[in-house]
Amino acid sequence: MTSLEQINEATEKLVAAEPTHDGAKTSRLKRKDILGLQEMTAEEIELILQTAISFKDLLGRQIKKVPTLRGRSVITLFYEASTRTRTSFEIAAKILSADTSSIAVASSSVAKGESFKDTILTLRAMKPDVFIIRHGASGAPHFAASLMPESVINAGDGMHEHPSQGLLDMLTILEAKGRLDGLTVAIVGDILHSRVARSNLWGLTKMGAKVRLVGPKTLMPPEVDKLPVEVYTDIEEGIRGVDVVNVLRIQLERMQKGLFPSIREYSKFFGITRDRLKLAKDDAIVMHPGPMNRGVEIMPDVADSEISMVETQVTNGVAVRMALLYLLLGGGPADVAA
Amino acid sequence: MANNPPNGHSGQVMDSDDMRRALTRIAHEIIERNKGAEKLAIIGIRRKGAPLAYRLAELIGRIEGAKVPVGVLDITLYRDDIATRQPAVGTTDIPFEVTGRVIVLVDEVIYTGRTIRSALDALMDHGRPAAIQLAVLVDRGHRELPIRPDYVGKNIPTSRSEMVDVQLTEIDGADRVCIRKQRA
Repeated sequence: MTSLEQINEATEKLVAAEPTHDGAKTSRLKRKDILGLQEMTAEEIELILQTAISFKDLLGRQIKKVPTLRGRSVITLFYEASTRTRTSFEIAAKILSADTSSIAVASSSVAKGESFKDTILTLRAMKPDVFIIRHGASGAPHFAASLMPESVINAGDGMHEHPSQGLLDMLTILEAKGRLDGLTVAIVGDILHSRVARSNLWGLTKMGAKVRLVGPKTLMPPEVDKLPVEVYTDIEEGIRGVDVVNVLRIQLERMQKGLFPSIREYSKFFGITRDRLKLAKDDAIVMHPGPMNRGVEIMPDVADSEISMVETQVTNGVAVRMALLYLLLGGGPADVAA
Repeated sequence: MANNPPNGHSGQVMDSDDMRRALTRIAHEIIERNKGAEKLAIIGIRRKGAPLAYRLAELIGRIEGAKVPVGVLDITLYRDDIATRQPAVGTTDIPFEVTGRVIVLVDEVIYTGRTIRSALDALMDHGRPAAIQLAVLVDRGHRELPIRPDYVGKNIPTSRSEMVDVQLTEIDGADRVCIRKQRA
């Protein structure tokens, strides 16, 4: 029997969670582009995360497709290697029924010497609604956004930001812990080169979490003392008592400059092992943005353990990117100032 | 909705007793039409169809002595007016297999029929029901699509400038239906 309590409980949930369809409340991001979390407000981040939670439900269905963004088109333009970010954006767009085209820069006119600006303007003439751009130069997506009224999502620019990764990390923490406010998150590894670290620290601190940056001094950015974080150069001190350990990838391709003596030495002093994790809180979780260097920054038994959120992060990435596309494109032609 | 101008009040057309009787009658009609409640499931359209769905399932269950599954459908992602307004995305909660069941879709008001059109699309993506029937508390006319409810609590002829405000205890603290003039 459906009891009265059940009815009341169910409707209470409705009232608390659902703004009315015919009422005035709509959810809309008051911006044209998603370039970084540094310039976002806590309310905007909250809206994106809430929308992503609703979309996650869709990923569990047999028919993973809704007609919301039918007729909208999305271009992914990646100047740097990526499998998961690009695929994740494409799957997100396809679930929402948008059309996607991906430009592989290696086989494009860029290889013939076309400038970034000309590439953007040429693609723009094909009338896409949103550009998803990854570029090795910090600020490249911002420049593209300034050229046109269409939306730009930054999928990683140089050593600056990777907002969708920051958001999916926050969603993963929120789901595991039920909150962000008051948590302590250690970001461990190569902070200097990491746009993931920057997006995470801006987003997390806005949502009321405390952020620790942990790594060798040579891998800390020069401006680190101006950031709203605590800095640790000792791994054991750094992860003591934290709720979350977010392990960054050692970017082997960027390590030709002698920033640390050897991979083995890095692993010995900063690798995340089961023993070291005992210093964190009992219910701590471990995250990694991937791709992992198993045995370097994270030990295989940690990566495969039940406290590792790596696969959840990937799933949450699709949900977060669906939310970004919906919130940017769902509202029709961009009617907000850039 | 809460701060309508005082002169915008054009009166109550159903009170809580009217609503209870209408829902009881609909529950009987559903059972009669489907010769029992065996393959039945009730799905309410978020937001105000949801409490009505729970109430109908409770009534049908009481009459037939059987448990009737209830679900809630969010149709935001299937709307045809997303380009003009962007509602927040809610969650769908259908805790049973849709395929093979007779689904009674429930909403508080039927007007243009566009919400129901979206709901049919959304429901089809969850499976292949044996049949879908439509129950509404109020039919206010002005259909723009060839859609017709199977069960109607009350027909209320309205003009397009009027608004039918269905208030439910679970959401608004009281059961009543009012007609209001829309603000100019």
